[in-house]
Amino acid sequence: MDLDHIRNFSIIAHIDHGKSTLADRILELTKTVSGRDMRAQVLDTMELERERGITIKAQAVRVSWKAHELNLIDTPGHVDFTYEVSRSLQACEGAVLVVDAAQGVEAQTVANAYLAIENNLEIVPVVNKIDLPQADPDGAAAELAELVGGKPEDVLRISAKTGDGVAEVLDAVVERIPMPAGLVSPKAPPRALVFDSSYDQYRGVVAFVRVVDGSFAAREPLRAMAQGTRFEAEEAGFFAPTMKAADTLGAGEVGYVITGLKDVSRLRVGDTLTSERRPAAEPLPGYKDVKPMVFAGLFPTDSDDYPDLRDALERLKLNDAALFYEPETSQALGFGFRCGFLGLLHMEIVRERLEREFDLDLLVTAPNVAYRVLERDGDWLEVHNPAEMPRELDAVEEPYIRASIIVPKSYVGPVMELNNERRGRFDHMEYLSPERVLLAYELPLAEIVLDYYDQLKSRTRGYASFDYDVAGFREGQLARVDILIADEPVDALSMIVHREAAYSRGKALVERLRQEIPRQFFDVPVQAAIGSRVIARETVKAKRKDVLAKCYGGDITRKRKLLEKQKAGKRRMKQVGAVEVPQEAFLAVLNLNDGGKK
Amino acid sequence: MSGSIRHLYVHLPFCAHRCGYCDFVTIVGRRGQHAAYVDGLLAELALERELLAPELETIFLGGGTPTFTQPRELERLLTTLPPAAEVTVEANPETVTPPLAALLRRNGVDRVSLGAQSFQPRLLAVLDRVAGPDDVRSAFYHLRDAGFDNISLDLIYGIPGQRPSDLDADIGEALALWPEHLSCYELEAKPGTRFTHAHGAELRRQAEAMEDYFERVVQTLVGAGYRWYETANFCRVDPRDLRSRHNLAYWRGRDYLGLGIGAVSTVSGERWRTTPRLGPYLAALGADRRPLREVEPLPDSVQREERVMLGLRLDEPLPLEAVATSLDPGALGRLERLGLARRVLGDGEAPAGADAGAVTLTTRGRLLGDGVTADLLA
Repeated sequence: MDLDHIRNFSIIAHIDHGKSTLADRILELTKTVSGRDMRAQVLDTMELERERGITIKAQAVRVSWKAHELNLIDTPGHVDFTYEVSRSLQACEGAVLVVDAAQGVEAQTVANAYLAIENNLEIVPVVNKIDLPQADPDGAAAELAELVGGKPEDVLRISAKTGDGVAEVLDAVVERIPMPAGLVSPKAPPRALVFDSSYDQYRGVVAFVRVVDGSFAAREPLRAMAQGTRFEAEEAGFFAPTMKAADTLGAGEVGYVITGLKDVSRLRVGDTLTSERRPAAEPLPGYKDVKPMVFAGLFPTDSDDYPDLRDALERLKLNDAALFYEPETSQALGFGFRCGFLGLLHMEIVRERLEREFDLDLLVTAPNVAYRVLERDGDWLEVHNPAEMPRELDAVEEPYIRASIIVPKSYVGPVMELNNERRGRFDHMEYLSPERVLLAYELPLAEIVLDYYDQLKSRTRGYASFDYDVAGFREGQLARVDILIADEPVDALSMIVHREAAYSRGKALVERLRQEIPRQFFDVPVQAAIGSRVIARETVKAKRKDVLAKCYGGDITRKRKLLEKQKAGKRRMKQVGAVEVPQEAFLAVLNLNDGGKK
Repeated sequence: MSGSIRHLYVHLPFCAHRCGYCDFVTIVGRRGQHAAYVDGLLAELALERELLAPELETIFLGGGTPTFTQPRELERLLTTLPPAAEVTVEANPETVTPPLAALLRRNGVDRVSLGAQSFQPRLLAVLDRVAGPDDVRSAFYHLRDAGFDNISLDLIYGIPGQRPSDLDADIGEALALWPEHLSCYELEAKPGTRFTHAHGAELRRQAEAMEDYFERVVQTLVGAGYRWYETANFCRVDPRDLRSRHNLAYWRGRDYLGLGIGAVSTVSGERWRTTPRLGPYLAALGADRRPLREVEPLPDSVQREERVMLGLRLDEPLPLEAVATSLDPGALGRLERLGLARRVLGDGEAPAGADAGAVTLTTRGRLLGDGVTADLLA
């Protein structure tokens, strides 16, 4: 197909603003899937997935509309996956930006719109759900026009649910979104951007590609330019919406290449594929390597499950290149893994998949961020675990984020107050409409990973929407706080906190531990310390009585069973020096901020 | 042919009424069945006779309220039981009249364990006890008048609503009687009892205060000249050995035979509990058959465990040799360093091998006895 009949676009939207419904309607309207088959087809795919363990996502669906080939490229819907959104957007020339007519612009809409604008995409603004009784299409259209710098009349008004206006969306895609640029000649050295990948246990790594120059065909020796990985394309094709093999994938087109590679790490997203025989001179501009910013320890509650956890992480990693993990040993929690995530949602998703799909019972430590520490020799060391942080710190840097928060104007005060408590730096404020305000702040990521989102929601009665992207590392006044039980430091409980918060956080933790640690035969001091300086102290007072009063001939068996229970309880304890601490105590402390997040 | 068991327990389940905190096998009233029950006991004794040694060391009549049993039947039982060096009967104060005291005395009973529990009418009411403080005192005097020179009083502490001053008063009243022996129990909320239902929450609330109460009981009684010879038992320091010989047999891991419904026996590595149901019990014995029993085998390892568990309740050293294989090798040293246990040798030599000598708990170790035992066992 010639380039001026190809359009590549994404749909971007806040969760629940109707992205999937619009995508479904587009598939129906373009007869890619008949209305009757819609459900059946989806079900078939799921059965296939179950039977063969294939987890190929339909990342880029090809549809036909008025003699044009449209490639609809899927984007993940959440703040943590900004980087995935951005790489998907690099495969497009335009984006349909969907806003719920009843909800208006949300923080995530703003973040996604800015991403699209940064990528030089043409934006087709759409107000969805105009059929809802509480819809305010005019208000939403005005906000949207303001956001993308257009006129409210250019904003399309649709109902993806009823199908009303969907054809106009496709027309606008054809009319407004530019055709792809690239070298069409089959003789041109081919280049294709890998914008995502997936893993099929039978066929290996499946690369999702956007062809820029030349064309690709099956049985062709290929090379990934950045990594140097060589392989032969087993198959090239596109999704409609299931995989359809094609003779060639030409310039401007979007599709897949089955690589046969058995190791996902050998083909990185962002790399450029070229032909081994006619290699291109320069790779396409790739993506920044995305680094995990949020870290937490994952430990099986039953130490026998450790090998299962390792296998499960390996398998998740196949389809989630952003997931990072390395073995971690904690004297309190045993063997586990320190895992790195893009953000909190990513962490929640991984945890939930591990628990649901792999049936694992996990203990997840309180999350922390990545830190950069200046070493004696002048090098910067990245630290993922508070326990690895040097006790005395010269200079530490912590990641900051740019946060966009959208709230009704009456909640500006509470949000500012929260951000001040969280060491936020005010950047600017804009009125999206007379009623709704966007607040831009810079905040340390560490202040977000605990309970920021819950706090934001509760202080704005649920009205605030929030999104962020990472702004980089900044120096912070940070301290490593260690927790000592009977003078033994407990690695799993070390934390990095802002100096001003060290005392109150240390005190809270120590108090909680005092309540959770069962009384022993001796006094157990529980301390929080920075270096050798103790900043908080509590004592678990020694037990003075532990004996049942009465024991005669008829009581012996019952007493013995109680004793055996007591012994079994001791066996389940974790030993910290001479102190026996039940795992539940660590759990209670580590999950301190876990309440109500799911 | 005769056996080797020297300790006999006889259960007399009848009571005038049931106290809320009690979880023993008891039967309220049924005066008409007392004779049949004693027939049953005697039939059971005949069936098990060959287990008993020719001379018994101890007999213990427990309940229930043994002294609630019809006097004629009680007397018939006592005269038929074999003689023993120590014969104890449990009594409730309100049942102890001069004739009853005389009946016990003339039938070989030489020790009475009197269930006083408290001297505060308010607390006795919480326990559903019938006797008042004056009943306790007069029962005690009737027993003394009948010639008993070995009387034990039971006291309960930790009764909901009991203040430290109430405890002091109870101990004071008990000491004023100067009994040979005292048993002091913390009130336990036994699962399923009426009492636990009504007062369980209160008992959990006061759990920490009980640490003080226990220490107070021990300190006061030891200060008054009593020997704290078992976790919950005290005897007057006296030229006579006033410890309960029968109960010592349990704590030293001796075999014993129990007769009656719900009674437990431990014989040659086996423990059994006779059916707690009166009807089936009487029916079986009426047909000259053994009543149904629940049997629990006691392998050597379990016997050793029990030996440690029970032995550490006593103030006498527990010889290590017999139980060494069941102990955690590092635990004793740890407990010694914490000042909870001590290794002793008979002649004061330094301990040699791991299983040499004996172990004894310090005062703190005894207060923490269950935890210490759990630590010590491998």
